[in-house]
Amino acid sequence: MHLILFLVFAGFCLGGAINLLIQSHPINSALSLIVVMVSLAVLYLLLGAEFLAAAQVIVYAGAIMVLFTFVVMLLNAGREARTMGSRAARSIGFPAVVAILAVIATVILHAQSLGVARLSDGLTNVPGQTNIELLSTVLFTKLLLPFEVTSVLILIAILGAVALARHDDTDPQGSAERTDK
Amino acid sequence: MNPVPDIFRILPEVILTLTGVAVMLLDAALPPHWARRPLGWVAAIGTTLALWGSLGQLSLPEGTGFSGTIETSAFTVFFHVLICGVVLVALLLSLDTLPEDSHHQGEFYALMVFGAVGMCLLTGAVELLLVFIALEISSIATYVLAGYRKDTARGPEAAIKYFLLGSFATAFLLYGVALIFGATGTTQIYEIARLVPTAQNHSLILAGLGLMLVGILFKVSAAPFHVWTPDVYEGSPTPVVALMSTAPKAAAFALLLRVVYEMLPTLRSVWQPLLWVVAVLSMTVGNLAALRQQNVKRMLAYSSIAHAGYLLAAFAGLGNTGIAAASFYAAAYAAMNVGIFAVVTLVSGYDEKLPLIDDFRGLIYRSPLLGSLLIFFLVSLVGIPFTGGFFGKFYSFSAAVGGGAIWLAIIGLLNSGLAAAYYLRLALVAAQQPDAQKPVVPAHRVGIAVGAALLLAVAATLVLGIVPGDVLHAAEAAAYTLQAPSTETSAPANAVDLKMMMP
Repeated sequence: MHLILFLVFAGFCLGGAINLLIQSHPINSALSLIVVMVSLAVLYLLLGAEFLAAAQVIVYAGAIMVLFTFVVMLLNAGREARTMGSRAARSIGFPAVVAILAVIATVILHAQSLGVARLSDGLTNVPGQTNIELLSTVLFTKLLLPFEVTSVLILIAILGAVALARHDDTDPQGSAERTDK
Repeated sequence: MNPVPDIFRILPEVILTLTGVAVMLLDAALPPHWARRPLGWVAAIGTTLALWGSLGQLSLPEGTGFSGTIETSAFTVFFHVLICGVVLVALLLSLDTLPEDSHHQGEFYALMVFGAVGMCLLTGAVELLLVFIALEISSIATYVLAGYRKDTARGPEAAIKYFLLGSFATAFLLYGVALIFGATGTTQIYEIARLVPTAQNHSLILAGLGLMLVGILFKVSAAPFHVWTPDVYEGSPTPVVALMSTAPKAAAFALLLRVVYEMLPTLRSVWQPLLWVVAVLSMTVGNLAALRQQNVKRMLAYSSIAHAGYLLAAFAGLGNTGIAAASFYAAAYAAMNVGIFAVVTLVSGYDEKLPLIDDFRGLIYRSPLLGSLLIFFLVSLVGIPFTGGFFGKFYSFSAAVGGGAIWLAIIGLLNSGLAAAYYLRLALVAAQQPDAQKPVVPAHRVGIAVGAALLLAVAATLVLGIVPGDVLHAAEAAAYTLQAPSTETSAPANAVDLKMMMP
């Protein structure tokens, strides 16, 4: 049962990812990305990470992808144009991707005993404890500092978005100076 | 278990974060028509306090805080002081050169300070998750700052290019971290160092190391991951280039030192040849491309790629010598590069009316102060004695020779000769008689803030060049603490004890 589910959803995931790259219309790519995100959530569930699966569906497939499709719709983005540059990038990019995939596949296939990862102390799976309990314990004890510092990361992302995206109510003086140069 | 309160372990970062928040809130609270310039002073004072707080950390016993996620040692203090110093110079420079009417000045200062938080955390982090978050903080701050000249075509282009390529590189780093976690089951750097010699999945660790190196070498703009550098430097405001060509690079080099010397010293036979190749490529590609540039900022961008190569040469050095040489070079490079970009900002202005080398003709007659400072920093970049650049190169290449990489040192010396050609070309142009037909553009007035910035950069370059002893001792102390296992980790670092403990 596990194996069948895994194969089905891994197939969906790969298919979605490849379709994302092939499609030239942004909205089709965004929709394939949703397929990838949801299939990934199922894969997480199969690995026993219920919380991660739920977060994946809510945050990625839900919030982020909805925002993505909204933006694509609002901008009314059309089909991508094929240019010299994109063709060149394609001809270099595909072999490069194949090479990287080959290296990583070799590494993972050669790795021994990739069964259950040995986790260091704070992360060991104690029977009877749920995923969420474990995660929150680690997050608020061992990884407290990275967790808190993420707030600075989010803060500068907001700050940057405001600084870059807000329309400046340009005063005529300043813009005249710049244009007459 | 830990006698030092955790908060002291992140004192500079806390001060910087509070400063950034204060700048942000004041910016929102001030009436819209008020000048935002005082906010720059707030940021500068906060950065100075953080620098002082960081020096205060020297009196703490060396060790880690927050359950082994962040370290304070001579190494972290060395890089904190370096980063805070560079950010301070960049802030003072922006104070005088940002146009009065430019938008989002408050956010500009806040982003610089928050960027410094990320860079400081990056140098102190001994937990790969924290490394990743710190790297993202410093990167996102620089991506935004790079796109600050929204009214030009090049500004947004630079920001988008930097953002896309930078995110791509960070993804490589993250993949590397994931593979190393897969092999060892932990992301704590000391733990990884302890587990790697006995880890079963050697190939996973090797792949992880390779992917992490790609991510870090992108951040220091070493060849072949350098393609973004000239375009981004050309499009970004020059005070921002002064910051991003030095402070984030110093932080990324600190991370590289930590990853190769502290986390994976046992894999020296793997990373050392890789870094050898990257060093040679960076020097050669950077210098050859810089020779052909007409734009001053593009030329300096390629020169910074070459300097990343000289610094990487120090990684051929064994243990403490290599770390000390690399740290010293990072300090010397930061001092002279932030200085020369300060001069370029003052000459060509925030709007960059004078971007070409030819526009610098006769600078020494137009503005004797700026002209002589430009020549001084160029001389230091060439690596002529009595400047920081000389001792930086000297220690770096002697570390390489000490590590047995004689060819690397020879290639480095040949490259330094090649580099002298384009540095001296700019210096000669600046010293030539001005072109009589060209209208004279007055150079920027040197105010108090920017004067202090230039003074700091000149003083640092001179001190590093004439009395390098103190800084070298600091770098050696830093090197010592990076290699020594922290006293607070219960795990012994050497493999012999480990075998006795294992059943």
